[in-house]
Amino acid sequence: MLSSQIKSNEIEFGSCNKDLLEEIIFYGMGLGADFIEIFIENTDNSSVLAEEDFITSVSPSFGKGAGIRIFKDKRDGFVSTNDLTKHGLMRSVSQAIEMLDITNKKNKKVFNGLNKHRDYTLSKRTWIDEVPSIHEISEKLLISTKSLKKNNKIIARKGSYSRNLQEVIIASSDGTYASDIRLHQTVGLNVIASEAQYRSNGSRRFGSSGMPDEFRTWDHEKAANDVIESSMNMLYADYVEAGQMPVILANKFGGVIFHEACGHLLETTQIERGTTPFENKLNEKIAHESVTAIDEGISEGSFGSLSIDDEGMEPEKSILIKDGILKKFISDRAGELRTGHKRTGSGRRQNYSFAAASRMRNTFISKGEYSKEDLINSISDGLYCKSMGGGSVGATGQFNFAVEEGYLIKNGKLTKPVKGATLIGEAKEVMPKISMCGNDLELAPGFCGSISGSVNVTVGQPHIKVDSITVGGR
Amino acid sequence: MKSRELTTQISKAADLLNLKKWDYGASFSNDYSVQVDKGEAKQLKASQKQVLTIRVWNESNLVGITTTSDISKSGIKKALNQANIASDFGNKNESTEFSPLAKYPIEVNEEKKRNPVGIKKLLTLLREAEVKLLESHESINSVPYNGLSESFFERVYANSDGAFRSYTKSQAALYLYARAEEKGKKPRSSGSVKIGYGVNDIDIESCIKEASNKTISHLNYSSIKTDKYLICFSPESFLTIFNAFSSMFNARSILDGVSLSNKNSIGEKLSTEALNIYDDGLHKKNISSAPFDGEGTPTRKLCLINKGKIENFIHSESTARTFKTIPTGHAGLGSKVSVSPDWIVVEKSKGDYDLKTTLDHSSYEGEFVYIEELNAIHAGVKASQGSFSLPFDGWLYKKGKKVSIESATVAGDIKYLLKNIVNIELNQEVTTSGISPHIWVDSLSITGDT
Repeated sequence: MLSSQIKSNEIEFGSCNKDLLEEIIFYGMGLGADFIEIFIENTDNSSVLAEEDFITSVSPSFGKGAGIRIFKDKRDGFVSTNDLTKHGLMRSVSQAIEMLDITNKKNKKVFNGLNKHRDYTLSKRTWIDEVPSIHEISEKLLISTKSLKKNNKIIARKGSYSRNLQEVIIASSDGTYASDIRLHQTVGLNVIASEAQYRSNGSRRFGSSGMPDEFRTWDHEKAANDVIESSMNMLYADYVEAGQMPVILANKFGGVIFHEACGHLLETTQIERGTTPFENKLNEKIAHESVTAIDEGISEGSFGSLSIDDEGMEPEKSILIKDGILKKFISDRAGELRTGHKRTGSGRRQNYSFAAASRMRNTFISKGEYSKEDLINSISDGLYCKSMGGGSVGATGQFNFAVEEGYLIKNGKLTKPVKGATLIGEAKEVMPKISMCGNDLELAPGFCGSISGSVNVTVGQPHIKVDSITVGGR
Repeated sequence: MKSRELTTQISKAADLLNLKKWDYGASFSNDYSVQVDKGEAKQLKASQKQVLTIRVWNESNLVGITTTSDISKSGIKKALNQANIASDFGNKNESTEFSPLAKYPIEVNEEKKRNPVGIKKLLTLLREAEVKLLESHESINSVPYNGLSESFFERVYANSDGAFRSYTKSQAALYLYARAEEKGKKPRSSGSVKIGYGVNDIDIESCIKEASNKTISHLNYSSIKTDKYLICFSPESFLTIFNAFSSMFNARSILDGVSLSNKNSIGEKLSTEALNIYDDGLHKKNISSAPFDGEGTPTRKLCLINKGKIENFIHSESTARTFKTIPTGHAGLGSKVSVSPDWIVVEKSKGDYDLKTTLDHSSYEGEFVYIEELNAIHAGVKASQGSFSLPFDGWLYKKGKKVSIESATVAGDIKYLLKNIVNIELNQEVTTSGISPHIWVDSLSITGDT
């Protein structure tokens, strides 16, 4: 008998768990659930930190757990556990049923057993052997931090790497039965430069999904030069003078403005909460006609790409805004149930201890027709934001984000570097002010924290011009 | 699995693998939470979680670490093995040892541990709170961010030298963030958070009242002219900005070159002599207090700023050895041990100082900006440079009248801020991150829409 045919009382990764999963779902449906979803994960992660010329931290971790979500009408109960035995999973189902206080045992939908297993793991089982070893990672990180030692103004050098390998099994009462393996690798370089009273930071992060060799081929020398150039340019920078002004946002991570200012407000979780100004604006103009924005999970190797989302659906390419017109919201299962917007393969979560929610994947503004120089030449007094830091959006749609590396624009030319700038505004007001899009679209990896934890995403855009925005400074 | 049993299992597995020196930290938790939406249960959540972090020292006394949620026999064995492999990459330039205080006697007070009230009760209480908040003012149309939770957990530290510590705790939290909107105006949002040892210890009424009052008070807003202003930091906002720059007192950050301080900064004058700041994790008002840190070192009160001068740094075992002092009870447990503050207490020191005591947030009639809450700390603080540029919620006061500020940022430098403290009010207020009075600072940059 093949091992995959042995009936088990515990979830086994790499085996067929269909009978056990069906038994648990039937059990929950028998108790009155309208819908049951079981998300099971097994993780194998490691991270390495190099500081100056030494490895100062190697941190492996592994674990497993399950998240069980039960819907009754539009309410949902979610239970997470580390116990993957049949007994443990059934106890979690009972707990979720009890929490929802289900007295009406009649199901709205019937469970007819799980569909044929969709196995996305087949070509990915070897990834764990193909990713670089800790020894290999350490060697390359040390070479990278050595590359950062360009002059005596650099007082701190860091290189960090992390690798997350996640195997998931997803089964639900609509018949979904799928499994997948996800691999994410990220590497970052940071420096602090200092001279007399002056200090600056430089940092860059790179990331990929599903590409075991990516770190080996990463051009650390180019990355190091970029980080050093940024920190040296900013070392003697003056603080930016506060005020309203036109800004040019660089491509790649400049896309964080769209992610924070608009992307979050197009997630159905925001409609559920009543915190998006775009709730009733479908097919209405919400942005300048030069703006077309997309969210997708399919670009090969991109940090936010997925074979299936955390609810077992293959991700789609969603055109959110077309020529300034709102076309679609980013939706998950709960979003579809509660707001009516069709799922987009965007149900995502940090791990088993979070219920999935509608989250962005690879989100970007499409390229336009202008060159970067066209954009800069169009401004007489403004700010060029070459490198962006993090940001956030509040319950009223107000957003803010930090400019890591900025330059003043005077009479259509880049002039002196400035620091300490924060861009603040409201999505509804800023989106119509994106008047020019460049032709140099590029994506950049990042982590997005929200209701279902921290997930891997990419942000992106070409260079874009915002006609006027509040720049916080001194 | 009981914590003593886990220690025995780890000890046995380590013996089998011939690993002589190890320690571990573990936590076991059961959490329950509810969210509601206009009277309906939205999401009900329960989680059972366990996390084990094991450190192993190899024959060269280098440390390796592994973290896992699998505490089965095979999981423990795998974790020890992985930690042993990782120890080959241990930091040769900075050794780590057991804390010399890991067996020092401590008092574990579990009197305030509460029993679960259960999901149904949580749901009933939150529904009632949401209704009351919605009914408190006609402009409040939703409570988009709300939650009531209770947690029960056990934390353990043990090592191969016989140290063993554990404590169990309960904690509950309520947050209510309301959204209000009036015709022709932008929506405004504000809220309140309350924590307690258990749900029954939380003052739900005051949370509702605070969330309502704060939200309503922002309905009449106006933009502010970009300029330099006299600032009054609320206790919460001062603690937020102080914590954001706590690397100034963090020995780990100093050794890593990412702090504004250096090894010789003890005694450096940062602020007025009227300022005292302590880290006091065991303070009786600190509901999240822990009797020991990640390395098993007892938590204790430590003076960070005494009469305006740096008095102490916070340490782990390793940084304390480097600085030739003793660990202070602020360590995490990691491959590279992190150090962080517990609970900050800000007070006016005893004595007569040159403070502008007429500055009182409840009676001062001159012009000033009151900063109620600072936002987006992760984006707007450059701890290694000392600079900040942060959006905030607050009011502009003029002649005793206040107007909510529409959208603005406050920017400056932490050393400038501390040096320019012009008054420290007498009354301290308890917040979730510490205790502080209102603090007045002269001449900080505010950027507004005007």
